Amino acid sequence: MNDPGMSLIVKNTARLITGFIAVFGIYIALTGHISPGGGFAGGVILASAVVLVVLAFGREFAARLVTEPQCHGWDAAGAMGFLVVALLGYLVGGFFWNFLPTGRLGHLYSGGMIPVANLAILVKVGAGLAGAFIALALFHRTTQRREI
Amino acid sequence: MEPLVPLLVAVPLGVAFAVVLLAHVRGLRRLTGLLAVAAVVANLAISLVLIGGPTINTFVGGWGDGRTLGIQMVCDGLAKLMLVTINLVAAVSIVYAGAYMRRFTKVWLFESLFLLMTGAMNGVVLAGDLFNMFVFLEVAAIASYALVGFGCEAEELEAAFKYLILGTVGSALILLGITILYSLTGNLNMAMVSQGLAVVGRTSPAVLLAAAMLLAGLSLKAAMVPFHAWLPDAHPSAPAPISAMLSGVLIKASGVYALARVVFSVLGPSPQYATVLMVLGAASMVIGVFLAIGQWDFKRLLAYHSISQMGYVVLALGAAAAVMSRSDPDRTVAGLCLFGGLFHLFNHAAFKSLLFLSSGCIEQQAGTRLLKEMGGLSRRMPITSFCCRIGALSIAGVPPFNGFFSKLIIIISLFLAGYPVLAGVAVLVALMTLLSFIKVQRYALEGEPTKTAGAVEAPALMCIALVVLAVVCVAGGLAAIPLRDHLFAPAGDALMNASGSLTAGVTP
Amino acid sequence: MGITLYVLAFAVLLAGLYAVVAKKNIIKIIVGVLILDYAVNMMLVLVGYRSIDGQAGQAPILPGGAETGALAKSAVDPLPQAMVLTSIVIGLGLTALMVAMAIRLYEKYGTFDMNEIRRLRG
Repeated sequence: MNDPGMSLIVKNTARLITGFIAVFGIYIALTGHISPGGGFAGGVILASAVVLVVLAFGREFAARLVTEPQCHGWDAAGAMGFLVVALLGYLVGGFFWNFLPTGRLGHLYSGGMIPVANLAILVKVGAGLAGAFIALALFHRTTQRREI
Repeated sequence: MEPLVPLLVAVPLGVAFAVVLLAHVRGLRRLTGLLAVAAVVANLAISLVLIGGPTINTFVGGWGDGRTLGIQMVCDGLAKLMLVTINLVAAVSIVYAGAYMRRFTKVWLFESLFLLMTGAMNGVVLAGDLFNMFVFLEVAAIASYALVGFGCEAEELEAAFKYLILGTVGSALILLGITILYSLTGNLNMAMVSQGLAVVGRTSPAVLLAAAMLLAGLSLKAAMVPFHAWLPDAHPSAPAPISAMLSGVLIKASGVYALARVVFSVLGPSPQYATVLMVLGAASMVIGVFLAIGQWDFKRLLAYHSISQMGYVVLALGAAAAVMSRSDPDRTVAGLCLFGGLFHLFNHAAFKSLLFLSSGCIEQQAGTRLLKEMGGLSRRMPITSFCCRIGALSIAGVPPFNGFFSKLIIIISLFLAGYPVLAGVAVLVALMTLLSFIKVQRYALEGEPTKTAGAVEAPALMCIALVVLAVVCVAGGLAAIPLRDHLFAPAGDALMNASGSLTAGVTP
Repeated sequence: MGITLYVLAFAVLLAGLYAVVAKKNIIKIIVGVLILDYAVNMMLVLVGYRSIDGQAGQAPILPGGAETGALAKSAVDPLPQAMVLTSIVIGLGLTALMVAMAIRLYEKYGTFDMNEIRRLRG
């Protein structure tokens, strides 16, 4: 492979858009309690930004940018954040009870602990999907191809 | 007591992710094994503390008391029995895995997946509504697919792939059944679905369709014949502690327990469902043992015997459902059927995991799984062969071990329920199980060593695990009556009162 | 509406089931499992539809400043949509696992043909 990744046009476009895609994913996750979307959808969009980097720049570059231990770490941190939110409910009565103030209906600062949970799921799904895609992309075939 | 119940699910899940975090911090990698063992032992302690208490209904998030959309965690008698079974086998397996998994790399990944599977199985037995049960069932199943193929050898991957495809088809069928039940009743909570089905008609065509889907999908998870094709490949190919967990608890928690809950608490024991359960149980019993006798691979033989013994349990459950569905149900006979079935479920968890763990010891020390290549292990590996002998005698139904009592109760209760032919078939299958394990003992433990001349005793951690399970096998037999009073009678009552125990905290 | 959409969703389910049962290529079996999963999700969403007084049901999203009572009367059932979200996530995890296993199977056996990946017998 002389020049990994795709052509110059694709690379320049990816450089311009990847940030916007990531921000869009985070926006969808943060407003999950007032409009459709939420943590999972935002996480998938965030991971698709990483997928764009892998496709445009080649797998080695992406693996240096987002290493596998980083993905594992953020994945686990997101999941533990969600569990911490659930366990903090014990302070006000039971498992998963709401302990943050619920504001007015339809405003951004409302919904109790749901935006925090959405943020945790965003981190987990984004890191998990990005890690899975990079792990699959890095897998080199070591046997000969046989016609099926 | 009530705050402890969600911890049974939250602690293994939390520690699973903590293990992943710790494994990436240099120097703390050895701690992950200890952390995993601590989490499962804490689970076991909580589930032992919960025995004998009243039924606990927890509403997650505080959304309860008439609001039908809440997630309800129910800890009644049956859930307590299953919790003790699951956490006991999990604790023993993870201690065993501390020594067995040294030949693999990335052991932290194994521990994380193992804890995910344990936490999800606890969630299955604690779930009070159908969809939550399905979600936890799926989490446990996905973790088990990855664990079966953990060694990444060619045959393990093939077995894991086959298990995955069949398991996914089964899960799709279960979800379809839940969909139909939701469209009929508008509820997901098990108690409220039961009340809604009483209005629609428990055996109307739509409910029969939903029941067919649910029973087919759950029978696939429980490895009943004819849905058993994945089990003889998946259970032998997994590493030994995972084989013990799969055969010991996964087919019970996600298969037989879910079948019992759905038939008794949601659908209600009608003659049609009872007949289906009894046919499935009888077929699995007979076909499983016939296929097992001709096997020469030790772990494959044990896997086929799992099918057969699960057939015993489902047959007993079906007989209880048949008795309950008559116009004048004889509750003592039904209670006896349920006691036999649930006691056999608990015993099978103990002795089947004991046998799988000892086969792992033999495979690690002697280097082979084929019976014809083993021999003379009773002299070279005394502790392992002693515990293996106890396990073999338990599964064959020899007094005074626990298998004898549970099989006897099942046979007597089948007789009392009015099925003498099935009782005779059960006796025949027990004799053939005995025959099969005499063969195992003759070839593996007695005789002259062929390839296994250089075998030494297994490491200490593995022997501790084997001894604990052997003690449970012996104690389960001798302490049958106290166990019945505290553990199995509340479980049987929980099933027989249909949805009574589930509505304890819900007002429609 | 009525029964046509349900029959179509069931037809998609049967197509997925056919692919799982009858195809030999592992990738086609994986696609069949995905189709099966999504057909069941479709049925779940279809179950939640309701039309109030002849008017088609609205999406269960509260417009800014509106009253919740009016929405509750005219919206479709949001619970199956929450269930489908969970089911899609489960399907995603399964897809990742299946694809990873398929890649490793190709590395070990050298082929994607299911008839040749049969070392376990009896």
